[in-house]
Amino acid sequence: MKESNMDGLQTTATETEQQLEDMAKEMRLANDGLMEQDKGYFCDVRPHRVEPYKGIMESFANWARSQSLWILGFGTGCGAIELRPLMTSRFDMYRYGIQARPTPRQSCVFIIGGYASVKTLKRIVRSYEQMQGPKFVLGLGSCTVNGGMYWDSYNTINRIDQYIPVDVYIAGCMPRPEALLGGFIKLKQMIREGKCEGMNKYIDDFDWYKANQKQIIHDWNMPDYNW
Amino acid sequence: MATERQERTIQEVKDSDPVCDGQAGLKFVHVGADQAVAYITRLRDVQGYTHLVFFTAIDYIEDSIFRLTYMVHNYASRQDLGVQVDIPRQGATMESIHHLWPHAATYQRELKEMFGIDFPGSPGVDDSFILEGWTGIPPMRREFDTKLYSEQTYFPRPGRVTHDTAAYMKEKLYPSEAETW
Repeated sequence: MKESNMDGLQTTATETEQQLEDMAKEMRLANDGLMEQDKGYFCDVRPHRVEPYKGIMESFANWARSQSLWILGFGTGCGAIELRPLMTSRFDMYRYGIQARPTPRQSCVFIIGGYASVKTLKRIVRSYEQMQGPKFVLGLGSCTVNGGMYWDSYNTINRIDQYIPVDVYIAGCMPRPEALLGGFIKLKQMIREGKCEGMNKYIDDFDWYKANQKQIIHDWNMPDYNW
Repeated sequence: MATERQERTIQEVKDSDPVCDGQAGLKFVHVGADQAVAYITRLRDVQGYTHLVFFTAIDYIEDSIFRLTYMVHNYASRQDLGVQVDIPRQGATMESIHHLWPHAATYQRELKEMFGIDFPGSPGVDDSFILEGWTGIPPMRREFDTKLYSEQTYFPRPGRVTHDTAAYMKEKLYPSEAETW
């Protein structure tokens, strides 16, 4: 009697452990695209939400964030040509606290400069995931909204918001630097109001975004989440 | 198409030969696929066409051929010459010219990817050029429906409207001028 009881308990314990292990395994990223010997180099932990602070702390943090927007110097399409005049004395983005940085690790604003081909999208996803939070995305030009003039092309995506979350769109083909500054001011306003939760949205809908990305990027030879 | 033009052999073509006229300084000559590489070699080594300007293909799906165009340039006479070669669409294969100009390998790699024309022996011809991991038929072939592919693959945003340009301009901007278009 005693023995059978003990057996039962032990079985339950093993089962629970097994279930926990399975759950932990499910929560891990498969990293199927990587070669077996490379898997150890990359993290397979899923990204997790970063909750905002409470009350005045978050307001202060958002104010500070909005005053210092560092953009990633990655011109993904023809729209990047509009970023150059933005730096010069005529438009002078530095007076708004905006400046370009050379690496994703140092920047918090990603400007999708117009059309994105599938090959570029792969790099966009990589760069976006490597950026540190809080991070914001500006969609520059009509191509990011609905594909623009490349809407029926075999190689350019139509909507960037199916692959990464977008905070502000700036319509036009091309939008002038004034419109770009207008977009930045809108972005600052939204950050101060605490509406730019794109990073958490990406994490909440992580599987949906990944499925969309993998649907078109066929040679997926990178980790599922790029730290 | 091929039958309309007289195909020339290497011996027939000379410097002064009036090949198919283009604009000033630009002429075209039509050569059979088996003669083409020998002919281009002669152009490069004997006749002074030392520069391969570009190398491209056109899909004439109605005639079931690809028309390859080798554009070569002669610096001395400032003459461009387009050597046109027709090859059948089915199982399209062409002799490689990477031994004449190394950068031709890049054009051949692109043609392999975009049209599916094979160039055996060309370095890296099977590597992907722009399309990474493309599995369908090559997108520059005319039987490939670009619009259909785009609609099926890349989430189109509903609500796109296309205007007839002339009618729209007439209505909105220049009512008087539009009638003359």
